[in-house]
Amino acid sequence: MEIRVEQLTRVEGHGNILASVEEGGVGKALFEVVEANRFFEGFVRGRHYEEVVHIAPRICGICALSHSSVAVHATEKALGVEVSEQTVLLRRLMMAAEVISSHALHVYFLAAPDFLGVESVLPLVQQDPDTVRRAFRLKKGGCELGELVAGRHPHPVSVTTGGFTSLPRPAAFGEMRDRLVGLRDDVEATVELVKSVEIPQFERPTEYVCLRQPDHYTFYEGEIVSSEGEAIPLDAYEEALREYVVAHSTAKHVRWHRDSYMVGALARVNNNWGQLVPEAQDAMKELGLAPPCHNPFMNTVAQVVELVHCLEESVGLIEELLARGLTEEEMPRIEPAAGRGIGAVEAPRGLLIHDYAYDAAGRCTKANCVIPTNQNLANLDLDMQALLAQLAGASKDEVQRHLEMLVRAYDPCISCSVH
Amino acid sequence: MADRKPRVAVFDFTCCEGCQLTVLGIGEPLMELLDHVEVVAWREVMSERSDEFDIAIVEGAITRDCDAPRLRRIRERAKTLIALGSCATIGGPHVSANNFERAEMLDLVYGEHGRQFETGEVRPLSAEVHVDIPIHGCPIDANEFLDVMKHVLLGRPYRVPNEAVCHECKLNGYECVYDKGMICLGPVTRCGCNAICISRGHRCFGCRGLVDDPNLNAARDVLEEHGHTIEEVLGMFQIYAQRAPQVRKLVEAGRQPKRTKVAEPWRFGSSS
Repeated sequence: MEIRVEQLTRVEGHGNILASVEEGGVGKALFEVVEANRFFEGFVRGRHYEEVVHIAPRICGICALSHSSVAVHATEKALGVEVSEQTVLLRRLMMAAEVISSHALHVYFLAAPDFLGVESVLPLVQQDPDTVRRAFRLKKGGCELGELVAGRHPHPVSVTTGGFTSLPRPAAFGEMRDRLVGLRDDVEATVELVKSVEIPQFERPTEYVCLRQPDHYTFYEGEIVSSEGEAIPLDAYEEALREYVVAHSTAKHVRWHRDSYMVGALARVNNNWGQLVPEAQDAMKELGLAPPCHNPFMNTVAQVVELVHCLEESVGLIEELLARGLTEEEMPRIEPAAGRGIGAVEAPRGLLIHDYAYDAAGRCTKANCVIPTNQNLANLDLDMQALLAQLAGASKDEVQRHLEMLVRAYDPCISCSVH
Repeated sequence: MADRKPRVAVFDFTCCEGCQLTVLGIGEPLMELLDHVEVVAWREVMSERSDEFDIAIVEGAITRDCDAPRLRRIRERAKTLIALGSCATIGGPHVSANNFERAEMLDLVYGEHGRQFETGEVRPLSAEVHVDIPIHGCPIDANEFLDVMKHVLLGRPYRVPNEAVCHECKLNGYECVYDKGMICLGPVTRCGCNAICISRGHRCFGCRGLVDDPNLNAARDVLEEHGHTIEEVLGMFQIYAQRAPQVRKLVEAGRQPKRTKVAEPWRFGSSS
């Protein structure tokens, strides 16, 4: 049996599924990334740091705010710039906004059609307009929150090295808080919807990697932790997370302790679930997600848990910022000096690292970006292989459907991965 | 014809897909547009596929020769081809890659295994096929997208904005970025974005490319007033318009533009 799915649909970017099962049941499966090389790490060299932080979000249309946050964070470390507490709170809010819009996109537009027995969300416009409207409201809610803080989503305009070039008006902030509170019903309905669908039964223990902060469920900064029990500072990432090239992918693969590891919502929930807000922990239980969970299909469920968390966190962060009073702060004075800086965030799809070196004039001399999807690719290949074995005897359609669903569960961001 | 809704297909090449996501981000109003068209192919959001379509919306730049035939097939089938976003209209930020040797870039990113991958000059769709309507921007402006779709569905010609960003800046009454002591590409850059970056206290990075003739508008005056030349600004600060003849001339001549007279043109809050 040969399966070849060219340009898999309902994922970001261009990838193919290849699988073959010989007589007797031994199978081989892999995910081929055929996206064209984009060379961001190459062409930012020579650019001024302000150009670098302008270019970085353009790596990804879904997680542009993550790339923006991590690029300014890394650049600030390289240039020795300290940012204010207010800036950190606003960046955390930006990250929450992006998680809401990205998870809503994946859960409803990319993954849900598989569970609802349709080819896309489009037939639902007629059949189930309420669900489609809810999907659009959640996606737009995240986008608008991102726009309020960062000026635009994707590709923010008010984010810069050292802080923000403009701040939201307190009145607009208050309105946004109320709108987010209004989305609680939609999030609750999302939990109900996902509770009602059948998630394929499949398990393959692996390593789960994400950032961790001592006091909150983090999407912005932290140390790198592994479910294998190790925690390392960001500066040690290069020795630990080893990137390598495989012939079937223009996106590099990455490994740490094992042959592969997984990043993203499931990894975060598995490693840090105790830091989720109580509402999200309730949703986790209601949805039957019991950490540590080794079923990659549950990544979509973990995203719903994070949708609950990030909505509450956004409301909380806005209230905190309003209580502190948003103040126009003076930008830290930047004196370019040669240096290197490493930044990390949890993008919706997982751990994202940017590493820049600048010369004395503030021009970039070296750049390295480690993208969530790259870190997942080896794990995906091994999961596909194991799933193929589990499905021995199933029809070709059934095998293909499950392999497609598995790839989508990882929510790959392929053009991002060939940055 | 009249009893059938126009069929729309969405495709992408080398890009971040942020312009398609801007379309999805329109939210519920997009459902109204969906009443007037039939979407027959859109890989990112649907599994249904059809090769029969009237309007092709194409995001992304062409960066490999192997992608060109696919674009030509799309062109042959489409009555109207819309280039969606700056990667499709001018090559996007990716054109910066053209300033480097391909082999060196492959080595840098992939080490010894790099040479197995095909890569080539970054170019906009118009380098390969005729584009009916370009929607510029990195990313596009959602309102301009809806406006273009209305024109196409009503069969009316769409006028691509061809004034400088300064024009929209003045209409909005924003303080000139040069008056704040910073460099801005607004004087030479095509508008249509409602000067969004300047509205948020930033500068224009030129994501919509150059206006058709940047030498004929008020750019020279604005820049000279602040002690700059167009060549200097284009040579030093251009990310997106690398394929524009004015910028190419500078690159090909290997001319290092003089350092600007502003000591630190990137700094914020140094308006004194």
